[in-house]
Amino acid sequence: MIITRKKPEEALLSMLQGAKRVAIVGCGSCAAACQTGGEKEIGEMKAFLEARGFQVAATVLPDECCHKMLVKRDLKVLRGLDVDAVVGLACGDGVQTVADNVDLPVYPANDTLFLGQVERVGIFHEYCRMCGDCVLGVTGGICPVTRCAKGLVNGPCGGQRNGKCEVDPENDCAWVLIYRRLEKLGKLDALLSPTGGRRPAAHPAHLNLREVRK
Amino acid sequence: MSRLQRALEQGQFAVTAEMAPPKGADFRPALETAQVLRGKVHSLNVTDMQSACLKASSLGLCTALRQAGFEPILQMTGRDRNRMALAADLLTAAAFGIDTVLCLTGDHPAVGDCRDAKPVYDLDSVGILELLRELEAGRDCGGNPLTGEAPRFFGGAAATPVYDPLPLQIARLKRKADAGARFLQTQAVFSAESLLPFLEGVDRAGIRVPILAGIIPLKSAGMAKFMNEHVPGIAVPQSQIDALAAEKAAGGSPARLGLAMAAELVAELRERKLCAGVHIMAIGAEKSVPGLLEMAGVHICEETAPVPRAEASSEGGNHE
Repeated sequence: MIITRKKPEEALLSMLQGAKRVAIVGCGSCAAACQTGGEKEIGEMKAFLEARGFQVAATVLPDECCHKMLVKRDLKVLRGLDVDAVVGLACGDGVQTVADNVDLPVYPANDTLFLGQVERVGIFHEYCRMCGDCVLGVTGGICPVTRCAKGLVNGPCGGQRNGKCEVDPENDCAWVLIYRRLEKLGKLDALLSPTGGRRPAAHPAHLNLREVRK
Repeated sequence: MSRLQRALEQGQFAVTAEMAPPKGADFRPALETAQVLRGKVHSLNVTDMQSACLKASSLGLCTALRQAGFEPILQMTGRDRNRMALAADLLTAAAFGIDTVLCLTGDHPAVGDCRDAKPVYDLDSVGILELLRELEAGRDCGGNPLTGEAPRFFGGAAATPVYDPLPLQIARLKRKADAGARFLQTQAVFSAESLLPFLEGVDRAGIRVPILAGIIPLKSAGMAKFMNEHVPGIAVPQSQIDALAAEKAAGGSPARLGLAMAAELVAELRERKLCAGVHIMAIGAEKSVPGLLEMAGVHICEETAPVPRAEASSEGGNHE
């Protein structure tokens, strides 16, 4: 899941300077789960903006704000409305997908943080950095690219104490976790396997399943 | 071939000492410190923004030291430079006759003094060791041919002997050895006994790389306690902390006692042939290193001592 967090109110208001009539677009998927873009948050945003003198001309809640065709369909309700700006309550992908579909300024109400696990309601942990070269097969299902502060793929640095990372002692050393897991699985030999986790950094990336590629 | 390499190959007890470039643009004090160590150690490690605290570059001070007739060990971390910048610095080092390189992952900027700096870690210590081999094979980090004679390096790596779980540290070391590490310098140890399980593990894993045990002369009980609490891999025995505190209470010099304790450990490591040499990290007190070695009875062989050059001490510094 894409984990988002609400921007400070002042940051949003500063972007909205000069706008009077706005539309709010949320996201029924990740942002809803992150309590940053679901029905409840759209209602709260509407009340917040109205209390500061904005008119909210429309609210839209696509099932997935990162789906271009879906968003295009749902944003048809904005046609003919006199709107100065759109407030996007989604992740960075969702906000851009909204912007792809309207000729209006679109302002993000959220900051997009990471791809993470939902441990339970409201508690999220970064689990994947989308490196494009998955190493989980030799690391006991624990990602060192993401969960080691340095993203080390060849084993630990010298900076752990009692299994905790010196960069942030709240965090477990990913390599100690990997070691414990591999030990339990009887697969400690994997510590000497070559790892990957190193896709050349070429952005923006694309994937087209319709194209036949080698 | 570097003096360290020669000393290790000849089976001499190798001695290296560590020093840091200044947090500033004047190399003269560092060159004066190096002068005090001339003929006392085989090589001088120059740190690469240790603890992620900003300093002048290791390559810069290494170049100045080289021009002053020393054989510095270039420390290279992957924290601040991607593989291109690392390869460029390594080629530059080789051009200046600096061939001994300690390959490190590097402390994270979050623990240093420029905390907003972006960490790089394109390569870790293992990756930098592999990069040395690529350059030696006449190829750059993109596999493109280098011009001229291929550089020659003597690459080393770090080790943390006091580590839990130890097998994880040994596995990491095995990868460093497989990647071409030809010497290992360890995090500081404070007793021969604390080194033994590590050495046994290294042996069992078939890692045949000379080990220089890290030595930090303690300056006070407070320093020892602080390091025990905050520095990963450091375990000063309580008896040493107590002795330093008692020395202070008695009006003596804990720093001198710390030096004596370090010297005793160096002598013991050498006598028991536990390791190939020592790596002394005096943390700002580099000028006390010759005294420490004297107390330990360690003298490096004359023919491998750095050869002084005339007027060398005035070269290479920043004169304004």
